[in-house]
Amino acid sequence: MTNTNPLWKVLLLAGALIIGILFALPNVFGNDPAVQVSPSDGPLTQSLVTTVKNALTNAGITDVEYREEGDRLLALFPDTDEQLRGRDAIREVTDAGVTNVALHLVSASPAWLRSFAEPMYLGLDLRGGVHFLMDVDMDAALATSEQRYVSDWKRVVRGERIRGTNIQYRDGEIVARFRSAEDRDRMLANFSRNTPELFFTPRDEGEFFYVDATLTEAAEREERTGALQQNIVTLRNRINELGVAEPVIQQQGTDRIVVQLPGVQDPAKARDILGATATLEYRLVYGGETDWASADQGGPIPTDARLYQRRGSGAPILLQRDVIVTGDQIKGASAGIDQQSGGPAVFVQLDSAGARNMLEVTQDNVGNPMAVVYIEKKKFTNLVDGVEVDETGDIEEVISVATINDVLSHRFQTTGLSAQEAADISLLLRSGALKAPIQIVEERTVGPNLGKANIRQGFMAAVIGLAIVVVFMAIYYRMFGVIAGAALVINVVLIIAVLSAPGLQATLTLPGIAGIVLTTGMAVDANVLIFERIREELRAGRSVQVAINAGYEKAFVTIADANITTLIAAVVLFSMGTGSIKGFAITLCIGILTSMFTAIFGSRVIVNALFGNRRLTTLPI
Amino acid sequence: MRMVVKESAIDFMGHRQRTWIFSAVIIVIALLAILIRGLNLGVDFTGGYTIQAAYETAPDLNVVRSSLADAGFAEAVVQNFGSSTEVLIRMAPQPDASSVQVSNEVEAALQPSSDGTISMERVEFVGPQVGEELREKGGMAVLLALVGIVIYVWFRFEKKFSVGSVFALVHDVIITVGIFALFQVEFDLTILAAILAVIGYSLNDTIVVFDRIRENFRSMRSGTPAEIMNASINQTLSRTLITSFTTILVLLSLFIFGGSIIHGFALALLIGVFVGTYSSIYIASTAVLAMGITKEDMMPVEKEGADLESTP
Repeated sequence: MTNTNPLWKVLLLAGALIIGILFALPNVFGNDPAVQVSPSDGPLTQSLVTTVKNALTNAGITDVEYREEGDRLLALFPDTDEQLRGRDAIREVTDAGVTNVALHLVSASPAWLRSFAEPMYLGLDLRGGVHFLMDVDMDAALATSEQRYVSDWKRVVRGERIRGTNIQYRDGEIVARFRSAEDRDRMLANFSRNTPELFFTPRDEGEFFYVDATLTEAAEREERTGALQQNIVTLRNRINELGVAEPVIQQQGTDRIVVQLPGVQDPAKARDILGATATLEYRLVYGGETDWASADQGGPIPTDARLYQRRGSGAPILLQRDVIVTGDQIKGASAGIDQQSGGPAVFVQLDSAGARNMLEVTQDNVGNPMAVVYIEKKKFTNLVDGVEVDETGDIEEVISVATINDVLSHRFQTTGLSAQEAADISLLLRSGALKAPIQIVEERTVGPNLGKANIRQGFMAAVIGLAIVVVFMAIYYRMFGVIAGAALVINVVLIIAVLSAPGLQATLTLPGIAGIVLTTGMAVDANVLIFERIREELRAGRSVQVAINAGYEKAFVTIADANITTLIAAVVLFSMGTGSIKGFAITLCIGILTSMFTAIFGSRVIVNALFGNRRLTTLPI
Repeated sequence: MRMVVKESAIDFMGHRQRTWIFSAVIIVIALLAILIRGLNLGVDFTGGYTIQAAYETAPDLNVVRSSLADAGFAEAVVQNFGSSTEVLIRMAPQPDASSVQVSNEVEAALQPSSDGTISMERVEFVGPQVGEELREKGGMAVLLALVGIVIYVWFRFEKKFSVGSVFALVHDVIITVGIFALFQVEFDLTILAAILAVIGYSLNDTIVVFDRIRENFRSMRSGTPAEIMNASINQTLSRTLITSFTTILVLLSLFIFGGSIIHGFALALLIGVFVGTYSSIYIASTAVLAMGITKEDMMPVEKEGADLESTP
């Protein structure tokens, strides 16, 4: 008997090898640091391209490759130092609100290769970057939105001239207290007509008549998804402001958000900006110095007022309980210099609802003082008697108090912050407020140097491991060992090709490299099984060609059984794993599958081609 | 170097009492280590901080410790990591501060302990709740993998084989985890991944032996189950050893060249492959034999064995 290859088998192996090499090739070229310039909305204009090119030339950065891809311009630099200089030069000539300028890492392959193949996507542990898992405080989001009804209701009650009512938000419910049942019923009818999203419970208690209201289940669900979506939008805006290309911002479960920022140069800044809940609020001042002092010394605080402290001095001040404008009604903000004082200022732009309120209030209050409150929410976990208790603490400071000289509406400015704070808070206001406070519950940051070291060491371990196995196989199984080694090398090429394949979106991580290394050790198992079997058959006195055939045939079932069990473990690992562990599971899975192809099919084609059609009495095995 | 193991005829089944006692002793030691010393769980499972900082010149760790203590992190564990210029700081979650504040404060606190600049190479923070979730998920994953494998082996072989293979797997997992407990090597998420890979690998080994046992049960006309098992293990012995050898080679490469972060991972796999190889030779098959496997259990469902005999 002879062992010959049908033509299709040869073609299949050759085809797989060629396609594998093509898709793996971009990894040889690697990535170049780049700056990505794209207009926030609208297409890329030639004038922007010229502006960028001129800016870089003027900055003395000439070793740049430009690529125009769709609505973005990429400028590629030889190293990261040039990249940072380039970014700064481009930022100087572009407007932060209109043009996004982000650091990027793009394929250094020639254009023909780029058109269909990209290098592997490197995980944060190899590339450097930040991974955050954020918990969204849904209860706080619900409370905030329910609280909003309190001031709405007050306005309605005032409009209807009903006296002696008390409306407040207490223990997760909006509670309205009336003096008479008629008032209560009239208002209940009014409320339920105008706010179908609330669920009302009237109750009588003592001499008073109450309406309790909470969001209906459906409204609450909507509110929750809305809060999460709003937070994701806000985070995305903030990340765009930071200048990160290819950020990942995803919902995880019902109340968590994952944020991954590859290649971030300044993780501390990213942490600060993403986690920040700082916002501004505008309120009228209540009473005068004497009221403030007595309230501060434990005197009664009027129900319409709240006690605050001035930033810096810590002096007490009373402000109206009703808010004129909240942070989420601010749609635009930029930092600048106040013309009069010369100090830093935030120029604020309101949305229509905010502007209407501001207009109404300032019309009635020209000559009265208005205060700007700086609010920062902080959520933390405390241990109380060994039990974890979540607590939310708000830092609320009055940063400025000024007399309303004129009616304000859409645009105005606020002073009382440092220059850095003005820049940060205008970024925060511009990108929108977080609808619900977030807490970082998991963070993994890897610096760019460590990322590079991880790649270098992982690559070295893989190459040395591969080389040792190939040499060992060649010594132990001679020519057949060389064939197994070739199959192993093809296997690694295929793993890299599959990882790089467009649309698969697999990410290579350090444990992922370990997975490839482990696979190279285990992949020869299939060949060892086959070759041992061939030796056995030869020992049993079978002819060479029969032994080859039997070796491959008999070993196949064993190899399949053994690999499927490893595959089960790898799939379980994938389904439960987080980021970098998933990377290990993926390379392990891919490695098992490709190794079945190369070790069984691939090596057979080579063995057949070399020995299959010859009259042999011994085999170099 | 033609054949390392040339038609060996070792009486594995005859040695089974000795090897079982040996394994039992090791397992008892491993369990004691796990129960008494406990696992040195990493921040992935306990929640807390791991911060890796790179110095330009090797810092005095005592100075690092005292400057951290001055900043209010008295309980921080400080050690070198990989080289003398790299410092690894581990500490529990800070109850009244966010991760943002803590890493900024640590960075500021470290500055005085250095002559040059310090770069924060790695900051890992896992909140207590996430740690708990990862712990649960991890335990679940090991269980799921075991259950999935039991089902597969049961389906492909037979109940006694399935029990035998799981017996060997539990043996491997306990010993590997026990060694981590005994030497207090940090046990984190990557180690758990390695344990799952060990389960896959060890089973791979066991399956190869089982496959041969099944084949021989069907093709060998004479011989007791013990003799057939001995023959099967001997026939696959050289394959078992060579595959383990190549795997250990690449793992050594990973351990030596792969960098400090991957050390624990490579170590767990090294131990696991070693123990897994031992268990598939000495434990899995003897367990099947102890459960009283007979030829009848192995009668072919399809006529697979007969076909192989008549291959030209």
